[in-house]
Amino acid sequence: MFENLSLLVLQQYWWIIVSLLGALLVFLLFVQGGQTMLYCLAKDEKERNLLVNSLGRKWELTFTTLVTFGGAFFASFPLFYSTSFGGAYWVWIAILFAFVLQAVSYEYRNKKGNWLGQKTYETFLFINGLLGTLLLGAAVSTFFTGSMFSVEKMNITRLSGEMPIISSWETPFHGLEAVWTLEKLAFLQNLSLGLAVFFLSRLLANLYFMNNIESQTIFERSRKILGINSALFLVFFLFWLIRLLFIDGFAVNPQTKEIFMQNNKYLHNFLEMPIVLILFLLGVVSVLWGIFISYIKKSDKGIWFAGVGTVLVVLNLFLLAGFNHTAYYPSTFNLQHSLTIENSSSSHFTLTAMSYVSLFVPIVLAYIWYFWRAMNKTKLSTEELENESHKY
Amino acid sequence: MEQIDFSLVDWSRAQFALTAMYHWLFVPLTLGLSFILAIMESLYVKTGDEKWKEITKFWMGIFGVNFAIGVATGIILEFEFGTNWSNYSWFVGDIFGAPLAIEGIMAFFLESTFVAIMFFGWKKVSKKVHLLSTWMVFVGSNLSALWILVANAWMQNPTGMRFNPDSVRNEMLSFWDVLLSPTALNKFFHTVTSAYTLSALMVLGISSWYLLKNREQILAMRSIKLVAIFGAIAMIITVITGDGSAKEVAKHQPMKFAAMEGLYKGQQNAPLVAIGLFGKPNPATPNKEEFLFHIEIPNMLSYLAFMDANAFIPGIQDLVHGNHEKGILSYTERAERGKMAIDALAAYQLAKKTGKIEEAATQLKILENNFEHFGYGYYFGRNVHELVPSVKISFYSFHLMVILGGHFLLLFIVFWYLEKKKKLEGKKWLFHTAIWTMPLAYVASEAGWVVAEVGRQPWVIQDLLPSIAAVSQIDAFSVQITFFLFFTVFTALLIAEIKIMLSKVKTGSQVIENKQETLK
Repeated sequence: MFENLSLLVLQQYWWIIVSLLGALLVFLLFVQGGQTMLYCLAKDEKERNLLVNSLGRKWELTFTTLVTFGGAFFASFPLFYSTSFGGAYWVWIAILFAFVLQAVSYEYRNKKGNWLGQKTYETFLFINGLLGTLLLGAAVSTFFTGSMFSVEKMNITRLSGEMPIISSWETPFHGLEAVWTLEKLAFLQNLSLGLAVFFLSRLLANLYFMNNIESQTIFERSRKILGINSALFLVFFLFWLIRLLFIDGFAVNPQTKEIFMQNNKYLHNFLEMPIVLILFLLGVVSVLWGIFISYIKKSDKGIWFAGVGTVLVVLNLFLLAGFNHTAYYPSTFNLQHSLTIENSSSSHFTLTAMSYVSLFVPIVLAYIWYFWRAMNKTKLSTEELENESHKY
Repeated sequence: MEQIDFSLVDWSRAQFALTAMYHWLFVPLTLGLSFILAIMESLYVKTGDEKWKEITKFWMGIFGVNFAIGVATGIILEFEFGTNWSNYSWFVGDIFGAPLAIEGIMAFFLESTFVAIMFFGWKKVSKKVHLLSTWMVFVGSNLSALWILVANAWMQNPTGMRFNPDSVRNEMLSFWDVLLSPTALNKFFHTVTSAYTLSALMVLGISSWYLLKNREQILAMRSIKLVAIFGAIAMIITVITGDGSAKEVAKHQPMKFAAMEGLYKGQQNAPLVAIGLFGKPNPATPNKEEFLFHIEIPNMLSYLAFMDANAFIPGIQDLVHGNHEKGILSYTERAERGKMAIDALAAYQLAKKTGKIEEAATQLKILENNFEHFGYGYYFGRNVHELVPSVKISFYSFHLMVILGGHFLLLFIVFWYLEKKKKLEGKKWLFHTAIWTMPLAYVASEAGWVVAEVGRQPWVIQDLLPSIAAVSQIDAFSVQITFFLFFTVFTALLIAEIKIMLSKVKTGSQVIENKQETLK
């Protein structure tokens, strides 16, 4: 089935899958967002336990999605993996570090003998919530603003002189410079997407709590803070989006494969890929609708609309970065070293083999959906928590 | 080749070793205890005996504490292939990336979905769905082990691929060759059964502590009864697959094999060194020692490696200096041919760029003829003894693992026998032994990985890519910082984990003691 597809189609198929995983990850970052509000949403220990346990039953899903996103990116676009991870070392290490801290914090927070104390683990959760979202957002923004790296495959034949390494980062800051690069005000763009993702994760967390916890006070407080988080999200996101439509983008000449700067490239991409534009707009509307019905109409269903909307928005932003002859990971050091879905992918054989594996994705989504519904029939309440043998 | 930043290579290796060894402190218990939990819960569902449920829940608590830190330390490893081994990620990413992605899609989601039901679903789903979830946690965790071990096995014995000179990387030719290579199969079964052994030893040790303290007798006795036989079977399979793994090493990684046995001079009818102590310098190999004292079993090594007592086993010197009688090229010759391959690759690319088709074809031929020596090219003009791993570490860790394995098997059998004869009561020496065997299980398990990974140095991909050509372009100081960062955090978390576990063990279970069901 897949073996008859052309390499380009397989590359596009895998770009969609990676984009979908990235989109699901951003939606699931509501866990991180929630972790930054443990103290402003809960006024006492009982309420805080509710919040932590409500998030605690989902954290692994986010974590697993991040790991799978990384693995899928590695398998399908290994040159990105080697260039970005090895190059933007400090950014990725900081993100990973934040997730390491998270992984133990739920389980250890409340346990006897946890050594570091409950507050420390709650601080870990906060750090994960803040750094995880901010840095992931800023890192994704560099897909549109570019980074200082070079890729020279023949370096591997260097037996004298410099080290035989293919990908090099051309600044000593290894990725951290994304938040202070003045050229074309890239720092503003990167920071604003970072902050947008941070506030998006918080507003999604508000919607999630409103849906998942049986407590009127938490519902009300979530709703109140939802207003602030949503306003800040919109400010940063719209700033980023509007600028995106007007900046020069990294285009690929389909004949020569040469990479060049094109005015309003991403605006062109939207217009030349109307389906992407429509789905993106649908996503935006869906997020806004989710916020609206929760904030104004006090509905607890907002998370579903905002969740689907987030997935649509992020998925289509990734498509915007990679499709329509665009370099998805541009090099501002040497334009011709920019990564495109064509020059950075795995071989036809591997993409084909992996495509068969991708058929498992709907099965995975189906069982996650089925079993979570069984687990979430009723909202989490203090009573349930008191009778629970395993709690965070 | 004086351009190599050895400090960078060493710190990158140190960081990977640190994070991998920390990760491996937690993984075996997840792999094995999930199996034991599934069996215990099956007994509960089958018999309806609430005590089995409480026993399951007790061990599940221990599982949870360990599981979290296993997940925490695991994420680093996956991304470290990119952050610290970027050349590697490109050079073999076409093959190596796939198992990692499959691991995520097929195993991690299974694990993370069902682990939540296992912990929180007792009252939310039916008994059978809960049992299914516990089994799925076992399947998910062991499936993830399968994929990562397939990837590791492939690095030790690269197969099912070819080098593509145009994309300058290795590309997969056969998914099934990668998945089903004998190295991969042996490695998988050896590793997971060793993990079951470790888990059984932990259950045995903790149960023994309870018996010493006259607490939790029902939990302890039922647990011992189960894991004594479970552990014995696991240990026997560990031995069989360990033997299979060693045969694979002998075939594909002769230098590692020689180092594991401290064999400097190759010979027919090679003896197996049962125990040995290094102490005097080997005259022919700089910075390497040979035995001061050792006990041998004649012919045994040749027999174990090739099922033929007369088989020739190459020693370290045969591999370094060559043995033309046996058709073994010296490392100097291999380095020359490796350099020819690397130079031919550069010339091929240049010829292609300038449109010299004939020249390109000629260079391609040279590359193909010498490709099996490709990685050795990076050692051209260097001291070829750098291609010899640490003999002492390889030998000691291998023998320590084997000796401890023997001890574990014996311990399981003694427990099994005494339990069967109802003679466990009052065997304080045995309970003490079981308690002290718990840390030894970890020593053996880590030692196994030390053999596998130190023994193959300097190869990241056997014969194709040495660590000096696999690293990322970062400064060594950055890697030092992250090394100590991870060291500090992982150590703190390890202390927390141990303290929580001890506190859980001290608190005990909810099993209601029944006077009828005692030691006898």
